[in-house]
Amino acid sequence: MKQIIFVIMGTILVENFVLQKFLGVCPFLGVSKKMDSAVGMSGAVVFVMTLASAVTWAVNEYLLVPNELEFLRTISFILVVAALVQFVEIILKRFIKPLYKSLGIYLPLITTNCAVLGVALLNIQRTYGFGMSVLYGFSAGLSFTVALILFSGIRERLETADVPESFKGLPIALISAAFLSLAFMGFQGLFAF
Amino acid sequence: MKGLWKEFAKGLIKENPIFVLVLGMCPTLAVTTSAENGLGMGVAATAVLLGSNIVISMLRKVIPDKVRIPAYITVIAGFVTIVELLLKAYLPSLDKQLGIFIPLIVVNCIILARAEMFASKNGVVPSIADALGMGLGFTLSLFILGSVREVLGAGQILGFDITGGAVQPATAFILPAGGFLVLGILMGLFNKLTNKKTPTVTDCASCPLQCGVSEEVSK
Repeated sequence: MKQIIFVIMGTILVENFVLQKFLGVCPFLGVSKKMDSAVGMSGAVVFVMTLASAVTWAVNEYLLVPNELEFLRTISFILVVAALVQFVEIILKRFIKPLYKSLGIYLPLITTNCAVLGVALLNIQRTYGFGMSVLYGFSAGLSFTVALILFSGIRERLETADVPESFKGLPIALISAAFLSLAFMGFQGLFAF
Repeated sequence: MKGLWKEFAKGLIKENPIFVLVLGMCPTLAVTTSAENGLGMGVAATAVLLGSNIVISMLRKVIPDKVRIPAYITVIAGFVTIVELLLKAYLPSLDKQLGIFIPLIVVNCIILARAEMFASKNGVVPSIADALGMGLGFTLSLFILGSVREVLGAGQILGFDITGGAVQPATAFILPAGGFLVLGILMGLFNKLTNKKTPTVTDCASCPLQCGVSEEVSK
């Protein structure tokens, strides 16, 4: 139990996927303009990252390693992730309508989210077992959520701020992200796992 | 010839992939802790871009429109694997530095964006010019970003000490926070110098995969 909490808190605070590892920066900058869409996107990311960790782990363990096809890892993982996202979308649309309504439009955006492919590759690189991979995928999704929601709060304020003309929009958003990232550096060394 | 030059030159400033199109932010921020890493990432991405642009422009009449995105991804992932294995074999130290961001070139929006916006509509020769120009623009931007961060954060450039110990470098610049800060300031300066309006992007709208998929879904 203690171990599980350590992994979750460590991933969120110490090695935050967006702010410390730079995975998933595109959606972090793209969908953080409004709090609603940030929440929707985060939900979809947590969901897909957890599932993708489980599926890619199984693909690697039972398909690639026994057949010595490790060099196909990148190709197979990206195709698995893309197929998985489509599959999840179809299932949700058919069976769980309310969830589809809240997450649906964000699902297609996730295919190229490098955080999803990143977590799958990191699980393999760190030779995690199945349980740990799923847990790490879930915590990685949560760390994306925390960063995105905090940042969307900041961006809503930035809308009304008086910024020099050439820094309006993206440049000032990046500079604010720098301070958010600096704040997260304060958690360095808090948890080790 | 003049047309080719135009395709090549547009990637440098007018449609600079980082400062104007704002594509491929993850590797841009993550690997530019030093000028050398930035250069390495830029060259690796350029190699993939060149390969995928050539193959996709050759196959553009063969690939059915409906499955074009998965087809492009497979081509790109193939070239990424080639680059990954070559780096592992010949430049293991660079491979270690760039780490997970080499396989992640697959999801780098620049490459897919060029496949969708250019290579799928043009012949092989213009596609080569386009890939080289975009690749050079990307590499140069990464190199500038990496140099600024290395000078401020480590007091070095390409590994050579330039401060001579006179100034204490601010380590924060080679840490993640410095990446966001330097890119934000450089982007602002770039806007100021080119008198461009600030990039309006960042819906990832410029990334065709995401739009492509969502279009297919809405059909």
